[in-house]
Amino acid sequence: MKFINYMEKISGIDIYGLVSLSLFFTIFVVVLIGVAVADKKKMKKLSNIPLESK
Amino acid sequence: MQVEKFYYDNKIVKAFLYATVVFGIVGMIAGLWVAIEFYYPGATLNLPATTFGRLRPVHTNAIIFAFVGNCIFTGIYYSLQRLCKTRMFSNTLSWIHFWGWQAIIAAAAITLLLGYTSGKEYAELEWPIDIAITVVWVVFGINMFGTIIKRRERHLYVAIWFYIATWVTVAMLHIVNSMEIPVTMWKSYSLYAGVQDALVQWWYGHNAVAFFLTTPVLGLMYYFLPKAANRPIYSYRLSIIHFWALIFIYIWAGPHHLLYTALPDWAQSLGTVFSLMLIFPSWGGMLNGLFTLRGAWDRVREEPVLKFLVVAVTCYGMSTLEGPLLSLKNINAISHFTDWTIAHVHIGGLGWNGFMAFAMLYYLVPKMWNTTLYSKKLATNHFWIATIGIVLYALPLYWAGFTQSIMWKTFTPEGQLKFSFLETVTNIIPMYITRSVGGALYLSGALIMVYNLARTIRQGSFIANEEAEAAPMVRESRPGKEYWHRVLERKPLTMLVLALILVAIGGLVEMIPTFLIKSNIPTIASVKPYTPLELQGRDIYVREGCYLCHSQMIRPFRDEVKRYGEYSKAGEFVYDHPFQWGSKRTGPDLAREGVIRKNGEAWHYNHLYDPRSMSPGSIMPQYVWLFDDDLDTATTPAKIRAMQTLGVPYTRGYDRVANVALVRQEDSITAILKQNKIETPPNKEIVALIAYLERLGTDIELAPRTDSLPPTASVK
Repeated sequence: MKFINYMEKISGIDIYGLVSLSLFFTIFVVVLIGVAVADKKKMKKLSNIPLESK
Repeated sequence: MQVEKFYYDNKIVKAFLYATVVFGIVGMIAGLWVAIEFYYPGATLNLPATTFGRLRPVHTNAIIFAFVGNCIFTGIYYSLQRLCKTRMFSNTLSWIHFWGWQAIIAAAAITLLLGYTSGKEYAELEWPIDIAITVVWVVFGINMFGTIIKRRERHLYVAIWFYIATWVTVAMLHIVNSMEIPVTMWKSYSLYAGVQDALVQWWYGHNAVAFFLTTPVLGLMYYFLPKAANRPIYSYRLSIIHFWALIFIYIWAGPHHLLYTALPDWAQSLGTVFSLMLIFPSWGGMLNGLFTLRGAWDRVREEPVLKFLVVAVTCYGMSTLEGPLLSLKNINAISHFTDWTIAHVHIGGLGWNGFMAFAMLYYLVPKMWNTTLYSKKLATNHFWIATIGIVLYALPLYWAGFTQSIMWKTFTPEGQLKFSFLETVTNIIPMYITRSVGGALYLSGALIMVYNLARTIRQGSFIANEEAEAAPMVRESRPGKEYWHRVLERKPLTMLVLALILVAIGGLVEMIPTFLIKSNIPTIASVKPYTPLELQGRDIYVREGCYLCHSQMIRPFRDEVKRYGEYSKAGEFVYDHPFQWGSKRTGPDLAREGVIRKNGEAWHYNHLYDPRSMSPGSIMPQYVWLFDDDLDTATTPAKIRAMQTLGVPYTRGYDRVANVALVRQEDSITAILKQNKIETPPNKEIVALIAYLERLGTDIELAPRTDSLPPTASVK
């Protein structure tokens, strides 16, 4: 249960930062491209969903 | 295709709606009460329950979990059925959710007033209530996903993604931050200590704002704004980017609450970078909301619902611009621990959450009672009174925060601090008075709304089950390429898992290194566990909510070191379950109180009985009951054992003799008090609290203290 000092050091700590940055970058770019190429009619249809019900 | 007929459940929406209104008023009254205590200490009535340290958590919990919580559920139960074109999955689960949540609120109000608290802001509730929250949250989740699965609309509208992300993230935050070891029925210790506890707490605290006060309310915005304006959202594409960027980035920003503290530097920088990045998705969302109204601004002039929505979304934008700016270290150095933060959160709370709730209520009541709003004029008056209320609330506090911070940091030409702490407080009392006027205006606006809604309800007739028709969803398999995001939108569980992975990454990257690497929390050999009496005193400190006005974190600034002593080190807090760094300095920092006020037993005794007898003009409440109430020593062995489980190195079997050491220390303190002509029985709570206050910060004094410290096993 003791959560302090399990390890003296962790090697390659920078990998955490790099992995998360590249993950974020990848996801962001994928979403951006995906959104850019999205079908206009479909987008319009989706955005109208709330207005369909009373 | 055969069209199916079904009924939307409005009754459950009505129940949550009433709860929203009731707890909104209760939370605001509690807020106004604590605001008055800032300039009229007598408003505490000298009762434990109504003292700031206990009433403030009631205010925050009532507003966050009772008012906004019920508001979210109202909106979700209403919109989810309509967006999925189906009734809620289970009436029984709906009602278990409703009554379960209200029972939790009632239990929270009672226990917080009684002083049962885990001592972690916005997560104060004790372990039995934490378990109840988990159960009710799961019930809500099953009901929500059940509804999504039996839907008649193929695509999940963007609002539903926000609901899903909210559900999964809040579950994760609540469980991780509430890890605690029960000691008694209503007392537990956080599993984490010091720096780690602080990191987990603010990872939670910040994301409670993100995933309880923001993402679900954004879901409501994406539904109610198009409905009220009767036009689709400005850009559906932007909403997709808004969603993914927001949930990914938000989770990382927690450490910006801990800048310049003993938290490792790399974690602080990470928090700052992600906070700055947050501006983009947040503003994307705000602009998406505001642009939806382009071409419809003439209607804003006439329609109170739209008025509230416009200001709500604008406040969202202001708040999410200010937040990242406050995360810059140079600005945070001025703003942190001052009323600036309070002003900032109230732009979000009063402006964004409050106005979104009001807009939704004004929209829903006429719809569900099949009538029109009783008086648009009253609603418009409410709008203006509340808007002026926000301005009158926030501006004085910005002023107060900035002024006080600059006063703290002002030196005389001789190099001495120019102002005593008390002078910096009395200087801003007029701001506190103005703030409470703003709050009172906001509350009176809400009362006007209650009247208006009550009259609307009286003139209408409630539609408990609203009839609707829709074709069933056909599970078609279409050949050829399909747009990837639409595939995702049809699969709620995939969405849930993806959202969970995204939010978990941020938490893990920040926490694992802090938890595992020794160099992040350098141990200090002279830091020893608390004595049994100090431990009991510390629990009283937590119970009375002292951390809500006093920090225990000296930042490495010239003025703070001059005023409070050596800056705080990470290694000093390794036995602090929970950490007590605080987030606001209404009173001075106490991290080195035992050093600054060495031999201050008598001073503390008199000061806690009547602060103004020792510090004329002080706004601290009196703690008279501590002088009458006996210290409960029956819990000492259990507390020592719990601490041992958590890794605090008391020697084996110390729990059995702890009370002997406790009595010895009590006697030595009463003897010191007697020398100062103060007679008190040794077994009073005040003695334990004095023991704790006199211990604070003494561990790294140059001359090590050995007297009453407990024997310890060897610390690695």
